[in-house]
Amino acid sequence: MMRYRKGDGERSGLFTRRALLLGGAQAVLLSALAGRLYQLQVIETQRFATLAEENRINLRLLPPSRGLILDRTGQPLAVNRNNFRAMATSDRGRGVDVLVDRLDQIFSLGETEKNRLLRDLRRSRNAQPVVVRENLGWEEVARLEFNAPDLPGVFIDLGQTRDYPEGELMSHIIGYTGRVSDEDLAGRDDPVLQLATMRFGKKGMERALEDSIRGRAGAVQVEVNAVGRVVRELDRTEGQPGANALVTIDLDLQRFVAERIKEHQSGSVVVMDVITGDVIAMVSTPGFDPNTFARGITQAEWRELLDSSERPLHNKAIGGVYPPGSTYKMVTALAALESKAIEPWTRLPCPGFLMLGGIKFHCWLKSGHGSTNVVEAITQSCDCFFYEAARKAGIDRIADVGTRLGFGRHSELGLPGESTGIQPSRSWKQEKLGKSWQHGDTFNIGIGQGFMNATPLQLAIMTARIANGGYEVQPNLLLASATPREELVPPKPRDKPTAPSLRFNPQHIALIREGMVNVVASGTAHHLRLDANNKLIEPQYRFAGKTGTAQVKRITERERAMGITQDQLPWHLRHHALFVCYGPVDNPRYACAVIIEHGKAGGATAGPIGRDVLIEVMKRDPSRRTDGFRKMASR
Amino acid sequence: MSLALDAPAPIGFGEKIWRINWGLVLVLTAIAGIGVLALYSAAGGRFEPWAARHAVRYGAALGLTLVVALIHPKVWLTLAWPIYVVSMLLLVAVDVVGKIGMGAQRWLVIGPMQIQPSEIAKVAVILVLARYYHGRRKEEASKFLYTLPPIAVILAPVALVMVQPDLGTAMMVLLGGGALLFVAGVRLWMFLAAGIAAVGCLPIAWSFMHEYQRKRVLTFLDPDRDPLGAGYHITQSKIAIGSGGLFGKGFLKGTQSSLNFLPEKQTDFIFTTFVEEWGMVGALVLLALFALVLVWGFSIALRSQHHFGRLVALGVTAMMFLYVFINTAMVMGLLPVVGVPLPLVSNGGTAMVSVMFACGLLIGVNVYRDAQLPLRR
Repeated sequence: MMRYRKGDGERSGLFTRRALLLGGAQAVLLSALAGRLYQLQVIETQRFATLAEENRINLRLLPPSRGLILDRTGQPLAVNRNNFRAMATSDRGRGVDVLVDRLDQIFSLGETEKNRLLRDLRRSRNAQPVVVRENLGWEEVARLEFNAPDLPGVFIDLGQTRDYPEGELMSHIIGYTGRVSDEDLAGRDDPVLQLATMRFGKKGMERALEDSIRGRAGAVQVEVNAVGRVVRELDRTEGQPGANALVTIDLDLQRFVAERIKEHQSGSVVVMDVITGDVIAMVSTPGFDPNTFARGITQAEWRELLDSSERPLHNKAIGGVYPPGSTYKMVTALAALESKAIEPWTRLPCPGFLMLGGIKFHCWLKSGHGSTNVVEAITQSCDCFFYEAARKAGIDRIADVGTRLGFGRHSELGLPGESTGIQPSRSWKQEKLGKSWQHGDTFNIGIGQGFMNATPLQLAIMTARIANGGYEVQPNLLLASATPREELVPPKPRDKPTAPSLRFNPQHIALIREGMVNVVASGTAHHLRLDANNKLIEPQYRFAGKTGTAQVKRITERERAMGITQDQLPWHLRHHALFVCYGPVDNPRYACAVIIEHGKAGGATAGPIGRDVLIEVMKRDPSRRTDGFRKMASR
Repeated sequence: MSLALDAPAPIGFGEKIWRINWGLVLVLTAIAGIGVLALYSAAGGRFEPWAARHAVRYGAALGLTLVVALIHPKVWLTLAWPIYVVSMLLLVAVDVVGKIGMGAQRWLVIGPMQIQPSEIAKVAVILVLARYYHGRRKEEASKFLYTLPPIAVILAPVALVMVQPDLGTAMMVLLGGGALLFVAGVRLWMFLAAGIAAVGCLPIAWSFMHEYQRKRVLTFLDPDRDPLGAGYHITQSKIAIGSGGLFGKGFLKGTQSSLNFLPEKQTDFIFTTFVEEWGMVGALVLLALFALVLVWGFSIALRSQHHFGRLVALGVTAMMFLYVFINTAMVMGLLPVVGVPLPLVSNGGTAMVSVMFACGLLIGVNVYRDAQLPLRR
């Protein structure tokens, strides 16, 4: 017996004491746990309850639907189309490499896209979703759904994407949208711009109208789980869709114009309402397909657009600058008349050239025009008359009249990418070139050459201001803009300009217009008396115009002597062909400016285009049409 | 009479069944029941994939408990060393060929079975230490030289699980073994010396730690230093517990767990899942059930007539306490996250088996409380 119990009493006594000590220690520690529970669940429970709610509830912005853009007859130019896109959220950037590799297997994203996605996923805060790929086709959606178990945090979202049904035809006017850039964000604190799916106007009207067309974001309160996936919706406030816009363009006329100039490599046409300033058509060729941008342009497509020598992304109608050539002679004439340098009856001689400081200034007609008054000089486009008239008026007067007619400055069109052109003056030359003004400069400006540079839009503005009797109309592209809830009332048709008068003597304007009428009736463009079918133009569509042929390269004395013709020169050295016109003659309503780059001669190349376009616009008379308002209201 | 007192007649089977602590079994079943409830909720109100399996597993483990409880302690006395040696070999094996799981080598796959040798080691250490001190006299137990073998017995598995690395199990074996040495009569100055040595070794331990372990310790000291990274688990767990308040958000209504803000909500953080829904009241009930288990354990230890039984009972009780304390203190942000499950509540098979096996040993001590065991040297 003792074998089992020997000394056990002592051992068990010690064991009991120490076991009780241990038990006491455990009791103390368990009480500490209870105390901690009390601290967390009673004392601090409010704070933790709030944190749990913040975890659970997420405020999400609902992107507003972008306003539509319609032409003045209500035809769609920019609309929204459903867009299935793959979105991804990441759990605080964990496992993104694996995820992106799997997505690459499904969509074959390519290196650049993969890197973009990795960056976006790592940077995304509060588990905000990131766009993987847009405009998914049926097959891609199916493939994604099939692989869903391997793609945690990836889901398909139905959004909207921009669609441009007219494609290239309206590319320069409508422009396109793209991802929001840091520059776009500058000065705008609209939170909706932070959304990955948001698009921002980059060019054209999309850009100009951005802040009204975008709309206001709605918000939805959702319950989310830890990876940011929405579990259910708690509350919703609807946003406001962007304002729809009616532009002044007449799509059918625009199409007519594009059709009419497509035989030429590069050119532009602007058609304006001389009373309201509405731009009825504005074409610059070549254009580009804005749908490429809406779809997500590839690097290769972008390079191709950028590298093309015809600069398809460039809107030449407002951004291209050309010497106006003879189309500028109205400015010289008006400046000379206004400054009393010449009188309506003043006749100036033309022996075929003028000498100034030992340099020969040629008239385009070698044999000379004899002596002409201002109306005859415009009709025949006599260079000598305008050299002399310019000299008499002086550069200051010419620059003043040129500026009043719209040269050398931005118009109020509002489209991005507009050039100011150059209306040279003494101060301009001093500032830009550091040289003082010479008489020879004045001679050159007198016939629209030298430093003089203008955009097709500016030529249309000048023509419009002459045609409407000297009112400062501004070109305008936006006919009306309204959110779907607002009521739209079409404005009453106007027959008198509301723009301020430029305070020219009406008799002087009348003389200029008489000259322009004669250009077509009997002058440098008398072939335009007849329409495309060689029929005399009906009286109600008769129009006035002025040809212009702008030198790209100086004609040397040697070439002049050898009688080298334009056809013998390489394309890029040939003259630009210009034509400005307005009509109808008796009650002018529309003005048009045409520039065909390197089109050799204004009367022959640009003239017929101006004629056909002007007759077409007079026939259609879009200023009387208000069906666009009705169609927009019904959308 | 005195003969009967000194050497009681072997007890019959009916008596053995009668001596099983059925009250304790009831408490254990209640705890496992809470586990089923919490796992049902963690799965979003479904029995799959955890709750149903948990119930079945508990049933099987309870059978094991009862079988173990009926095995005579002298069998364990005989098997103590072999079990210990085998568990050490398995630990070495897991370090060499172990499968990578949860960032550490803890699992060994043998045929269809996945076993965690560290769980066996916990029980083996208790058995070996109990056996060792069963055969020591009081004077011997208090001597330093006699303390060296037990220290080696404790440190061997500690070293092997640290390599895995499994800080939680290492801590449990160290503290559990220490508790056994304490009640076995090791002098207090040795604990003091060990404590001082441990503090002195901290910098060395730090240099041996993995990057993620250091991060856990730093995060524990200041959870706000990385609220979206390493501190995320603790922060979210505290939010869940705190937002539960006094009475909880209600069964199946815990937002933190159902929306997956809680990490590992079915294993190490199951306490959080439960407490978010049942509040402080639920937490105290659960802790009280565990406290009952501990009280039972102590009383069984104190009533055992033999030293082996005392030590085994106390070892099992200390192990239970360490499980519960480390796990709950961890999810409440009182201890670093070390990966210790809540026994009978967390999802997971090996821990359930080892805990229920240990409980079987505990109940066995009660059944054979007056057995006569030879004092083998």
